[in-house]
Amino acid sequence: MPEPLTILTSLPAPMLRDNIDTDQIIPSREMKSTGKTGLADGLFAGQRYTEIGGREPRPDFVLNHPKYADTQILLSGQNFGCGSSREHAVWALAEYGICAIIAESFAPIFAGNCVRNGVLPAALARADIATIAEAEAPVTIDLSAQTIALPDGRRWAFDIGAEAKAMLLEGLDAIDLTLKNANDIAIWQKADREARPWIYLGDGT
Amino acid sequence: MTRSLFDMLWDSHVAADLVGGAQLIAIDRIFLHERTGPAALNALAEAGRTVADRSRVFAVADHIVDTRPGRGDQTLMPGGQVFITELRAAAKAAGITLFDVNDPDQGIVHVISPELGIVLPGCTLIAPDSHTCTQGAFGALAWGIGSSEAEHAMATGTLRLEKPKSMRVTFAGALPPGVTPKDMILALIAAHGAAGGKGHAVEFAGAAVEAFSMEGRMTLCNMATEFSAMSGFIAPDDKTFAWLEGKRYAPKDEDWDAALAHWRTLRSDPGATFDAEIAIDTSAIQPMVSWGTSPEASVGIGGHVPDDAEARPLAYMALERGQPLKGLAIDAAFIGSCTNSRISDLRRASSLLEGKRIADGVKAICVPGSSHVKREAEAEGIDRIFLDAGFEWRESGCSMCFYAGGETFGDGVRVISSTNRNFESRQGPNVKTHIASPETVAASALAGVIADPREVH
Repeated sequence: MPEPLTILTSLPAPMLRDNIDTDQIIPSREMKSTGKTGLADGLFAGQRYTEIGGREPRPDFVLNHPKYADTQILLSGQNFGCGSSREHAVWALAEYGICAIIAESFAPIFAGNCVRNGVLPAALARADIATIAEAEAPVTIDLSAQTIALPDGRRWAFDIGAEAKAMLLEGLDAIDLTLKNANDIAIWQKADREARPWIYLGDGT
Repeated sequence: MTRSLFDMLWDSHVAADLVGGAQLIAIDRIFLHERTGPAALNALAEAGRTVADRSRVFAVADHIVDTRPGRGDQTLMPGGQVFITELRAAAKAAGITLFDVNDPDQGIVHVISPELGIVLPGCTLIAPDSHTCTQGAFGALAWGIGSSEAEHAMATGTLRLEKPKSMRVTFAGALPPGVTPKDMILALIAAHGAAGGKGHAVEFAGAAVEAFSMEGRMTLCNMATEFSAMSGFIAPDDKTFAWLEGKRYAPKDEDWDAALAHWRTLRSDPGATFDAEIAIDTSAIQPMVSWGTSPEASVGIGGHVPDDAEARPLAYMALERGQPLKGLAIDAAFIGSCTNSRISDLRRASSLLEGKRIADGVKAICVPGSSHVKREAEAEGIDRIFLDAGFEWRESGCSMCFYAGGETFGDGVRVISSTNRNFESRQGPNVKTHIASPETVAASALAGVIADPREVH
């Protein structure tokens, strides 16, 4: 079950490119087991290390800069997390310590994976992201208020769906929550089985 | 009130309204593969939960299976065998249907699901695989999700979702000769960007789409995810129904008649409204080829690298601004993937290759999308044409569409590929991928340089 996320303050690491795909976030070659852990070392492996498969840090990669050693927030451009649906991208980010990503937009599958793992995908306008990056100062994200603030008082409202917000704020388990609607689902299926008998392939077990 | 096809697909699956505006959407079909499926099945079992309706969950080994002849569970990816054996064990424990490595129905998930009639018009279908939108070609709402969402859908038969915005993309006019659905979708993404569909449910419409075979429609819908859409889909018609009739999991007898009556209602009402609309003049589309590291970085085959191209993709691809794409030397050619590996793709590519040899020094590989496609191609002698031309002819699977640590073309080589992603190191360490239609891949393999398929004689 993900940890609840309410208020977060961290110096955000800028990766201000568009279309950062999940192959970049976690290359397929770094997905070595069927589990959800042991992925942080593979995060951004293609850019973070001097050679493919190696572990020697590249000094020019943003997360290798000592200033961003403890960062919990990434700043990026549009369509962050595009490409493969691999949830390993979010598992790797979360295990590394990233709790929130502020980007112009997110690929829909990636955004869903973030929410299921307690990582906040906060959408903000391109110019505002540029302003935050230029400030090179810690930002405070207040999920309840849906705001991102700099220490000098500048503050922006960000977009997030109501369902995603509730799931993140309370660290809810989606399956437990949905099973509270088990009766609704059973009623719907009974009616659907009469309306569309041909969609069912067995007795429903 | 008028309704779009998307409204119909969505509204007919709302099992409950949730607090805050989200809804519980009933899921009719779930498909897993060995790369992301074991995580979902294992998490479900570890939580002490079971699959709500096993009859509607399927799994296949396609992503990292070896595609060389005589294969077993061994795979070229280090440690890859575990993904296959874990999927097998977890599928058995969960009681779901598995198409195993050497099953006669094995193949790429989005190729075999339609072959078996698992996807149906009007159904909701999910898989922890971004190219699940391929199956929207059948008038289904089909989309990719993560492993956690797959686990949720297996446990509850539903997903918690906020209804996405809708978009219609209309391809007006006929398609010029030699131009394919792959070129159309690349042209759309090049014109409107890789984020152009930003979370929308996208209906593809227009005369060109209606004229396509089901396979062409699958190619078009396949890359809706490369447009950042939630899904892409096409209203079902007689071609759709003819494709599905008699397929193993498709309805039979009176069920078929009832289903057909329902499916014929699945089209957007005249006057239906969309949150966004895009019109594409199909007659202006050329065979497309990518130059950069996002599908949006694509141009017509006669074009050149844009003058305002960014430095990073230029450096990665070892190209210069203004450089023409046609005539660029390639090291390798790949025909395969859920985008372009169906029988009609192989027929069209082989018609260009027949009686010819690929250029010296080019490594060329053809990987049929399913075991069924492979057998069909072999019955038609298409395998011989590929082999005689100098291509390798493989067992089906995702193969070198992506690099998982096993097989690749070689460090930094330049590949022309009928796949869907030209991301950095996607096909191997530093591999420079140019995505294009199977025809363009075949023409380029013959020439040894990026070539226009319309000029092959």
